[in-house]
Amino acid sequence: MDISFLIVQFISGLTMATLLFLVASGLTLIFGVGGVFNFAHGSFYMLGAYLAYTFVAGTHLNFWVAVLAAAVGAGILGMLAESLFLRRIYGRAEEEGFQILLTYSFILIIDDLVKLVWGTEYKSLSRPAGFGGSLIWGDITLPTYNLAIIGVGLLVVVGAWLVLSRTRPGRIARATALDRETMGMLGVNVPLTMTVVFGIATALGGLTGALAAPLRSVTPGAGIEVIIDALIVVVLGGMGNFWGAWLAALLLGEVNAVAVATVPEWASLFSYLVMVVTLIFKPEGLFAPRQVRKV
Amino acid sequence: MEAVDKKKAAAFWGLFALIFALVPAAGNDYYLTIANRILVWGMFAVAFNMLFGVTGMLSFGQALFSGLGGYGVGMTVKYLGKAWFLPGLGLGVIAAALVAYLLGYLIIRAGGVFFTILTLAFGQLAWQITFRWYNVTGGDDGIQGLVPPGILSNRVVYYYFCLVLVLGSIWFLRRLADSPQGLVLRCVRQNPSRVRFLGRRVRRNQRRVYLISSVFAALAGGLMAGIDSSIHTNMLNWTTSGQVILMSVLGGIHQFFGPFIGAGVIMIIEDVVGARTEYWSLIIGLVMMTMVLAFPRGLVGEFALLKARLKWRALERAERS
Repeated sequence: MDISFLIVQFISGLTMATLLFLVASGLTLIFGVGGVFNFAHGSFYMLGAYLAYTFVAGTHLNFWVAVLAAAVGAGILGMLAESLFLRRIYGRAEEEGFQILLTYSFILIIDDLVKLVWGTEYKSLSRPAGFGGSLIWGDITLPTYNLAIIGVGLLVVVGAWLVLSRTRPGRIARATALDRETMGMLGVNVPLTMTVVFGIATALGGLTGALAAPLRSVTPGAGIEVIIDALIVVVLGGMGNFWGAWLAALLLGEVNAVAVATVPEWASLFSYLVMVVTLIFKPEGLFAPRQVRKV
Repeated sequence: MEAVDKKKAAAFWGLFALIFALVPAAGNDYYLTIANRILVWGMFAVAFNMLFGVTGMLSFGQALFSGLGGYGVGMTVKYLGKAWFLPGLGLGVIAAALVAYLLGYLIIRAGGVFFTILTLAFGQLAWQITFRWYNVTGGDDGIQGLVPPGILSNRVVYYYFCLVLVLGSIWFLRRLADSPQGLVLRCVRQNPSRVRFLGRRVRRNQRRVYLISSVFAALAGGLMAGIDSSIHTNMLNWTTSGQVILMSVLGGIHQFFGPFIGAGVIMIIEDVVGARTEYWSLIIGLVMMTMVLAFPRGLVGEFALLKARLKWRALERAERS
């Protein structure tokens, strides 16, 4: 166990953490701003991966353009889903449960639509030109594509934070999170805001799916695996808590990297383990402020 | 008025028991299996709905408990022999009670969406463990050849065995739903703070119903193992939890017997369509979406509403003339 091994593992964990955070950020964004729990968020991740595959393999777009287009595509589909279906149940009694049920039906439907359009076999996407190799310093081998993902993730985090905290649309989104009714009275088009925020959230999901496609093979049914990982991040970080989600993703990513390196067979159980331990000692989430929800 | 209600209820239970008791008379093994499945899934759905429809706790992890019930039977039979079928059934139910008791403390502290998330996560955890622990659980192969011992190995006898257990369970759950305890559970759904004002403990009641619902889920899982003569990791997968939710929503979550009707309809649709399509999840997805958007009261609820409206219209007409 030497230092170069640790660095390699750390970077691999950081890559996973970045992907986790990117998915979870979309989930937490729409929950924080719109109070909508999008159970189907992982399905938009999957759609992003498939769209990127089609753009690269079918239309020979440049990889990065294809990733961007996949994100936009997932965003548009998300906006359609919100404005055609989800919008109809806002304000209904016991809305929360119905939101989960409706977005659950999205999972089921998207799963099979993906099978209809793309078939059931595994799809794989190769890494973009210029990012196929590795950086090598002595014993340390770092795949350049992983570094690129970490870079893109940082860009998105900083960008999203800037938009939310420094711009007018960001302010509107945050104000809508606090009080939808007052925002409506102030002349803000609240339904449109909800649709756009939902679109941005699903676009983040789609972006992550597209970015992850060269690392993991693209399969139907990937949506549910992704959503559970993202949900664990959100539970640990505190729902609607941007930086909490980031720290939780980092923790899970690194724990996972260690687990993959030591007990690969059981690695997938380690995120659950972190969740159980957290729940026993700090049920409100690792990074939630103290005085949170008492239901 | 009360006496009439009691008579109506007795007639209802009598008819319910009679219909299912007569199925073996058809002498068709295939129909017998379907009726048996409807009974067991129906009980599972009614028990699930004590959580969701009555108390307002949407669990996405009841498969954990039906799986425990199934694997309780499967593992005891696998390691101790065929004669241990019934003790295995009991063991699964006890294990489910223990797990539900402990998990209740862990996850009921989190309300609303978080409860749903955590039930899903723990359900998937159990599925992962079962799936990967090949040496002990048989992993993806499951366990086959779980034929009940002695006289129960006869399909018809096993059917009546299930019928008695299911009727007893549903009768118990009905009593519970109509009892003062059931009233408190309904209040927990509608207004938790009021429940607290009244000096009742919200979480304790939630834990209690979680435990009860899970015990019956395990019983359903164990009985299912006998019907299929096998168990499989799919019993623990989240799709099973989703299935029982769909049954409840389809039948109507605010009607006691709604989930049972929903279970029946789903089982029949599955039987008619499921074999012919690989797009089963698209079908149930569309059913779920239609119910949520257009018929949130479920089949039984919408039917009751329609009946009430017609009655009201008839009364109005009678008054005018």
